[in-house]
Amino acid sequence: MTALLTVEDLRVTFPTRQGPSEVVRGVTFTLGRERLGIVGESGSGKSQTGRAILGLTPPPGKATARVLDFDGIDLRAASPATWRSLRGARMSMVMQDPKFSLNPVMTIGKQLMEALKFGATQSRSEAKARAIAMLEAVQIRDPERVFRAYPHELSGGMGQRAMIAMMLVTEPDLLIADEPTSALDVTVQVEVLRILDRLVAERGMGLIFISHDLRLVSSFCDRVLVMYAGRVVEELKASELKQAQHPYTRGLMNCLPQIEGGQRPLPTLERDAAWAK
Amino acid sequence: MGQVMLSVEALGVTFRRGGDTVRAVRGVSFDVGRGESFGIVGESGSGKSTVLRAICGLAPTTAGAIRLGGQVLETPRPADFYRRVQMVFQDPYASLHPRHTVDKVLSEPLAIHGFPDREARIERALADVGLGPDFRFRYPHQLSGGQRQRVAVARALILEPEVLLLDEPTSALDASIQAEVLNLLDRLRAERGLTYLMVSHDLAVVAHMCERLVVMQHGAAVEELTRAALASHRAETDYTRMLLAASAGYTPATT
Repeated sequence: MTALLTVEDLRVTFPTRQGPSEVVRGVTFTLGRERLGIVGESGSGKSQTGRAILGLTPPPGKATARVLDFDGIDLRAASPATWRSLRGARMSMVMQDPKFSLNPVMTIGKQLMEALKFGATQSRSEAKARAIAMLEAVQIRDPERVFRAYPHELSGGMGQRAMIAMMLVTEPDLLIADEPTSALDVTVQVEVLRILDRLVAERGMGLIFISHDLRLVSSFCDRVLVMYAGRVVEELKASELKQAQHPYTRGLMNCLPQIEGGQRPLPTLERDAAWAK
Repeated sequence: MGQVMLSVEALGVTFRRGGDTVRAVRGVSFDVGRGESFGIVGESGSGKSTVLRAICGLAPTTAGAIRLGGQVLETPRPADFYRRVQMVFQDPYASLHPRHTVDKVLSEPLAIHGFPDREARIERALADVGLGPDFRFRYPHQLSGGQRQRVAVARALILEPEVLLLDEPTSALDASIQAEVLNLLDRLRAERGLTYLMVSHDLAVVAHMCERLVVMQHGAAVEELTRAALASHRAETDYTRMLLAASAGYTPATT
């Protein structure tokens, strides 16, 4: 397996009044053309890891790494022009909430076409046909209507699918999905995951799936990184999650209620300062 | 089931605006016994939250009847109703006033209902939900999501109600924080003999919290189940079976 993305010793730091605060502290992993899950609680640095890979660390934060290599391109020294040629076209990100990530005063169609405009040169009608085809691919039943619709005219599930369509219409090599299904119902969630799964299988896309739902990640991804306080505390195959060694991973697993009935009260997560070292 | 605490009979809620009519709830019936925990499950738009809002008078009841302790509820609800029935909302980031301290949030319901010895009640309410006295003069932005939801629970419980309406109380929280809030709700119910009516889209949460539940789809009740039936996947309708399958996690398409 050739590595699509290599990350070594990634650190993200934000300046605060109490001095610099490091939210991602030495994350190292490689990604092939596979589904990699990153799991952790809020504040564990999982979203900041995803953003740093795309060079989207919000200022005044700073991201540094020993190696940050995407398909032979060194991202640490990338110029704005290089970033422009990569973002959207070859690597893109699906955010958590469609309400805040879609432009409210632009139709879905216009936003999709805008994503295409920066990609390969093609005619307007061709771009429109591709955009409609992509909306169909994400299981939107009435793509012509959605193409003309504004974001507020769509439900949460539809909006999220439109977002995913926008990120995928350029056929990127790497997709970072930050809690793409947390705002969706379970039934829609499965549909969205099927779309992502098919793209990994058919187009050989690399996928980084960020979530706090360990059960979902374990059923969907090939490999899982478990993050705590900015560090990867455990890396394991999704199928071997039941044999997880780290108490934090086991805690995340056990605190979920189960339909089949389980312990009462639910075991809560014990946090140990030593894990963060 | 012992005495019926809350009874909803053929409830219908219709919203009208201009020429549009939306029938959000159509003919939903269920009874909740005293001290019982009852769940409503469904996807977004199934009308499950509207049922809760209709019970506490936030949505119009256009058909059917709602009874509390055998008495049909009048509209608008009398002040005494809100002392007996309180609600915890979904999003603790939106349901607490950003410029009110925890102390103010908790003392307002006491002032409205004319409770004596507010000081002691506020301190006890905070202790009951596992927050120390140093949280009392903080603002919501100084609290984490789980702490905020604890304050929302304290606000609901400070009037010593009999029924708590819970609208997705943990869906905005992390899995680990969710476990803490669910344990808190479980403990308070056992200690005080509260009656819960809980709405959620998460079957696992409802299965954990509720003895019985009703599944809703497009504003109508599809099926009523017991916890045991849900745990052993004995669902009668295809829709409930589909929800159960989807809750188990991701399965690759079979087609």
